[in-house]
Amino acid sequence: MLTVDVEKRLDSFMLMAKFDVAQGVTALYGSSGAGKTTIANMIAGLVTPDRGRIAIDDMVLFDAAERINVPPHRRHIGYVFQEGRLFPHLSVNANLHYGRYMHGVASDNAETQRIVELLNIGHLLKRRPGALSGGERQRVAIGRALLMKPRLLVLDEPLASLDRRRKLEILPYLVRLRDEAHIPMVYVSHQAGEIVRLASQVVRIEDGRVRAIGGLELLDVNPSEMVY
Amino acid sequence: MFDLSPEEWTAIHLSLRIALVATIGALPFGILIGYLLARKNFWGKSLVDSLVLLPLVLPPVVTGYLLLISFGRKGPVGAFLDQYFGIVFSFRWTGAALACAVMGFPLMVRAIRLSIEAIDRRLEGAASTLGANRLWVFATVTLPLALPGVIAGMVLCFAKALGEFGATITFVSNIPGETQTISALIYTLTQVPAGDAAAMRLVLVSILLSLAALVVSEQLARMAGARIHGE
Repeated sequence: MLTVDVEKRLDSFMLMAKFDVAQGVTALYGSSGAGKTTIANMIAGLVTPDRGRIAIDDMVLFDAAERINVPPHRRHIGYVFQEGRLFPHLSVNANLHYGRYMHGVASDNAETQRIVELLNIGHLLKRRPGALSGGERQRVAIGRALLMKPRLLVLDEPLASLDRRRKLEILPYLVRLRDEAHIPMVYVSHQAGEIVRLASQVVRIEDGRVRAIGGLELLDVNPSEMVY
Repeated sequence: MFDLSPEEWTAIHLSLRIALVATIGALPFGILIGYLLARKNFWGKSLVDSLVLLPLVLPPVVTGYLLLISFGRKGPVGAFLDQYFGIVFSFRWTGAALACAVMGFPLMVRAIRLSIEAIDRRLEGAASTLGANRLWVFATVTLPLALPGVIAGMVLCFAKALGEFGATITFVSNIPGETQTISALIYTLTQVPAGDAAAMRLVLVSILLSLAALVVSEQLARMAGARIHGE
């Protein structure tokens, strides 16, 4: 279980967040500028909170009082960014294995095969990221985060840069991922439609504060009216 | 007309060797300083920036003289290197390489710094979440992405070193077979009667070498660019 209890001042903006993430998918939901991405970055270690504590089970990642701050490369948290952030100078295959290799995770052909098939990226392996469509890029980014065997997967608006058709193309992969990978996931989004399909728990963020924690009833739109 | 004399061949060979050693020797420092100037904020940064650029604006003869009084056998740095490492710069071809490296350094650092500044730092953040520590991030993301700039910097330094004259001749003189580069030999030939034909031959060689360096650099930069933005 991931426990987050952090504070961070960014210029005139004060961010305070306290919530737990159990198994399954937890959505950080709120409008843009609410502070969702900053929270995701703090979980991954890319942004350091001013105060608070972040832990996965009994492993402390950050504790201001204890002066613990595990650097991102030792947190073992898979992070899928909004824009993919694939390495442009490496092939898709090298991108996929980058995290696995850096973490010293032994190569596991069956597992690789399973992830490549799950995300349907087998035909892309020899290409460069520059030659991929937006949707393909995001699938590779998801695969790259999965292959390092993360203890938690953070997805920051992974569909936001895609048009509607591409979103509909990727959502089923995310659903399969949730059902098959058994890794707790934090899903950052301002799109109720995506969250309805994926998440069971919703943390609603407004103006840098957690406004409510609960189920899908916290979403702004009636789920039955969803277009996805 | 195009029979090069042994003396001329020696000068050409020496010029290439000096320029190559100067470029390769300057490279690690160029990458280090370029990275620091692009990424770090530290006390005295603008001073370091100015010092690096200084050889570009100083009269080369001044740079050469400063090298002579510091790296000469009696100079503080030169005496130390001679005593403890047996490295002598004064009136050796190694000194010419040092002078060329110093003169080419500003161009090299500038190219590397600009290319590092242009890198999308979010890619480095992504690499760190994927388990790469700072050194690995640098080696597998920063440096490969800065490669076109590194190559450009090397070529600029090499070209500058090939053409260097003032600092070299002030620091290590104009000794045939040791420090007499193409430029120095051309200068010598223009000072003697009947040296015109030989000087002209070397001028043509200089032009050819410079052109070749440009063509090779264009090619390398295109290959490196294709590697990064390739499809």
